[in-house]
Amino acid sequence: MATIKKKKKAEVPPLSTASLPDIVFMLLFFFMVTTTMREVTLLVKLKKPLATEIQKLERKDLTTYIYVGAPKSAALGTEPRIQLADQLASVGDVQQWVVLQRESINEAERAKFTVSIKADVDAKMGLISDIKQELRKAQALKLSYSANPAASAEDLFKSY
Amino acid sequence: MADIAFLLLIFFLVTTTMDVDKGLLVKLPPWTEDTGEEQDIKEKNIFVVLVNAQDQLLVEDEYASLEDVRRLAKEFIDNNGDGTCEGCRGLRDPNSSDNPRKAVISLQNDRGTSYKTFVAVRNELLGAYAELREDVSQRKFGRSYDDLSESDKEAVNEIYPQFISEAEPVKIGG
Repeated sequence: MATIKKKKKAEVPPLSTASLPDIVFMLLFFFMVTTTMREVTLLVKLKKPLATEIQKLERKDLTTYIYVGAPKSAALGTEPRIQLADQLASVGDVQQWVVLQRESINEAERAKFTVSIKADVDAKMGLISDIKQELRKAQALKLSYSANPAASAEDLFKSY
Repeated sequence: MADIAFLLLIFFLVTTTMDVDKGLLVKLPPWTEDTGEEQDIKEKNIFVVLVNAQDQLLVEDEYASLEDVRRLAKEFIDNNGDGTCEGCRGLRDPNSSDNPRKAVISLQNDRGTSYKTFVAVRNELLGAYAELREDVSQRKFGRSYDDLSESDKEAVNEIYPQFISEAEPVKIGG
């Protein structure tokens, strides 16, 4: 007896998931390599100003950050404060702290030590100037005013 | 296996921050005890930019807006009053700077000036120098300043050395 074979409908085979772990691992390694852990928790509100003439800071390990802005916690008022590492500090602490930070990097590269001031747009220059004086006293003369890149000069002017 | 990898992946996705810090690089003068140091600089070789507590600008004794600062600074630096600068194409106004090597920009702000305005003005002053350097590098080397070799960059910087002084803030008012 001849049986008539029913023609099977041509179905799309299910997607193979065998390569899924490979893809996930690839992504995992990518993020593991590129990741840098957030070093400090910001205690101040920070909205960086815009600028066009900015340069990238090449070496993160040779850079120290000083944050300036109004405290996030309402109990501390609205007057801009300085944050060094993980705590709020006063102007008087800056000099000693910067010296300590510089001492922690190796001697050959100490000349490249840079301080980056990350200040809020609403901070007043009085406080920033006080910090600058402290940095001069600490002989930390390389300074960067941290800013976000503006697309064009027009954008920059428009924000005023 | 894939589950564990996923878990790790999500962890790294969340913790990762890829911000690169960028900013205006400046160099502070060394600390000196006596603040009232006198320097022999002719009045015409100083370009004074004042910013008050209301973030208004006064450039060379005249009101100015932020848009004008770059142009005015460029004219001042490039003036070449005594004709000793070969790469300059300034107006040679006898009442403005002698040459770029003598020209000094003085930026003075109030303690109440906002950081935002300060950075914007500082940016314009740096931009004035950057544009002049770019210009001379295009004429002399036919290339952008950024593409020049270190020694060529030095040659350009020799023509337009950068003298921007950030004076101590005063209480101008407000």
